[in-house]
Amino acid sequence: MSVFQIDFGDTPDTPSRVVGIDLGTTNSLVAYLDLTAPHVIPGTNGSPIVPSVVHFPKSGEPVVGAEAQEALLTDPVNTVYSAKRLMGRGAADVAGELALLPFAMAEGSESVIRLAVGGRQLTPPEISAYVLRQLKQNAEAFLNETITQAVITVPAYFNDAQRQATKDAGRIAGLDVLRLVNEPTAAALAYGLDKRRNGTIAVYDFGGGTFDISILKLEEGLFEVLATNGDTHLGGDDIDDLLLRIALEDVATEWGRDLSADHEAVQRLRRAVINAKHELSTLPAATITLDYQGLEYRRNLPRDVFEKLITPIIDRTLAPCRACMADAGVTPEQIDEVVLVGGSTRIPLVRQAVRALFKSEPHTELNPDEVVALGAAVQAGILSGEVEDQLLLDVTPLSLGLETMGGVVTKLILRNSTIPASATEQFTTAVDGQRNVLIHVLQGEREMVRDCRSLARFDLKDIDPVMAGMARIEVRFLIDANGILNVSAKDLRTGKEQSVEIKPSYGLTDEQVEAMILESFDKAEADFNERQVREARVEADRILAAVDKAKQSDAWFDLPAEEQTSVDKAINELHLSYHGDDHVLIQSKMEALDLASRGLAENMMNSAVRNVLKGTKIE
Amino acid sequence: MRLWDLLYRMKALPAEYFAVFGISPQLALDLPELQRQFYVLSKLHHPDRFARASADEQRYALDFTSLLNDAWRVFRDPVGRAEYLLKLRGYDTADGRTNTVPAELLEEVFELNMALEEARDGDSGAKKQVAEALTHFTALRQGLDVERDHLFAAYDASPADTHLEALRSLLNRRRYIDNLVRDAQQALS
Repeated sequence: MSVFQIDFGDTPDTPSRVVGIDLGTTNSLVAYLDLTAPHVIPGTNGSPIVPSVVHFPKSGEPVVGAEAQEALLTDPVNTVYSAKRLMGRGAADVAGELALLPFAMAEGSESVIRLAVGGRQLTPPEISAYVLRQLKQNAEAFLNETITQAVITVPAYFNDAQRQATKDAGRIAGLDVLRLVNEPTAAALAYGLDKRRNGTIAVYDFGGGTFDISILKLEEGLFEVLATNGDTHLGGDDIDDLLLRIALEDVATEWGRDLSADHEAVQRLRRAVINAKHELSTLPAATITLDYQGLEYRRNLPRDVFEKLITPIIDRTLAPCRACMADAGVTPEQIDEVVLVGGSTRIPLVRQAVRALFKSEPHTELNPDEVVALGAAVQAGILSGEVEDQLLLDVTPLSLGLETMGGVVTKLILRNSTIPASATEQFTTAVDGQRNVLIHVLQGEREMVRDCRSLARFDLKDIDPVMAGMARIEVRFLIDANGILNVSAKDLRTGKEQSVEIKPSYGLTDEQVEAMILESFDKAEADFNERQVREARVEADRILAAVDKAKQSDAWFDLPAEEQTSVDKAINELHLSYHGDDHVLIQSKMEALDLASRGLAENMMNSAVRNVLKGTKIE
Repeated sequence: MRLWDLLYRMKALPAEYFAVFGISPQLALDLPELQRQFYVLSKLHHPDRFARASADEQRYALDFTSLLNDAWRVFRDPVGRAEYLLKLRGYDTADGRTNTVPAELLEEVFELNMALEEARDGDSGAKKQVAEALTHFTALRQGLDVERDHLFAAYDASPADTHLEALRSLLNRRRYIDNLVRDAQQALS
């Protein structure tokens, strides 16, 4: 038991723990901060890594993680992976990607994607919520307390809709998301905790599905992000897809059979190319192996061929790095340290590219799979007040603008502005008696509306009917510390708050999220209870087996008859409660059996001591 | 309502950027010192410090910190700072847009435009001309920045409207030259 264990009690005034969650494209982790350092939390299988995969079986509850990963082979159409790539996006955005994924999109997915899995229709936030719920459960089991608050990390280059979708996922999972933290910034926090030095650092974060580069200045515990850049659709997945496409063609030539429509074969081959990719990080060559329906495929892949294939993908990370340095106003020589984050940075060619670009040896002391979750736990500690000497000043990755005449975007808040950041703009009416003004807000760096990402339309409603041009509505655009836009408006003539209706271009409305929370709440309660019952039964099995064994010993026969009766009675009652679904009852029956069997235990102890003493006498 | 919630509700936000830093409106700011202040105020007011405070305290932290960030962003750029003070004093600064060519530059601008057009058509001799113009206008801009710093000091010593008027016309000229420099750089890249 940890010496630091403190009982916070259950009174609502005492703050509960805040955990840090890395919700990744491929893998997710949860971490917590104790008095010494952040730690990742292991799941029931002992590993802290929960694959971000959810299986929706035809009947029964969805399965998350390693178990679901197995279902990728057996039930691919009902198993969702890489849901993060779909977060905050519309059907048109992901058409290309979905072609490679086995699961199907439901009708009416223009602004929010709905996947048809397990006979249901689910949005990416709902799917991610299953992963989050699993992490929450792992943390609750490990820390033995209820977890309701979390910090969740997102790619730095995530836009407003993608951030909002992540926050929605947290809410659906029953988590109060205190903060969204950018993944590279979180990684810097995890590193900074040991170092406590001043300087400029670059974080190169190449994960499963996203690429981020951030440049930070560290000064006296203050982590100030100078600039960030990236690509939310660039990661290890792209390498897998490339190798998979080549292998599929290769198999087709060799076997004379096109497997690309066979989901199971594709998933097996995908796993084979991923294995080869992993091996190539340490070995000079690897073999892509597929045994399927009595056929055998073997392809030797030397590292130099692999590197030649993936060079274009690695090169795509370099332009954002250069742009980021330019925005931060630093040269490679001015960067003191480079930190590597994300599984894809294990690839030797990636390390070589980073070394060449930044002209320094990158840091790899912390596990690149864990460093983001560890940093999220540090940020959780900052928010809960446990960490007082550190603070993060992050930036917004994309410029925010308004649509003006002729489809032109007028920038309001420029990219790399420290958040929270705000801008105000005055609006008026064009026609006498006009009651509404519609404002179109976009994100992006380009000049024209069609080249930027539509964020939302804000409808200023119930404006006092006055002559054209007389209305004066001041609208305040505020990007909060999560990088999410908040809009408020004031009628300057009356000084009254002006009502604003938000129509998000991509993503769920507040009402939809509320409905999902309500729906999942009962389920989550049921899930939680079921798990507790399951755990109680495992414990009961252990106790019953132990008592059974004791009953075979001399100690049992030495026990007074009335004590034997009370033990038997307690066993019976535990058996009866065992099949019910009340874990509290099972617990209390276990305690009753423990109490009833104290005499038996004492007898066993004594006879054990006697046996030992006898043994020594013989010698 | 608890007393401290009430106090937070009554706490007013600074009305303008200078008040955020607790200084009177001025132009010649000591940037390293202002940055130190920015860090100190960030540590005091950042929303991360109030994640578990009441809704009112959280709101204040968010509003104050966004003002602080906006103020620091504007102040660390001398041009942004001057434009902000002009606006605060009721001068229209044309919001960064200007079309009138400063009279003394008419001839040079005409020549540059010719050269730019020829350079676009692939005339290498014109490129040399553009490069020369770029050097010329960059030097001109540097001269304006020296003049600007004098005006900053003069205004801080005695905040008279004449200084602000001079500053406004200087900024207009500078903005125009800025655009010329940008166009010339684009033509050369």
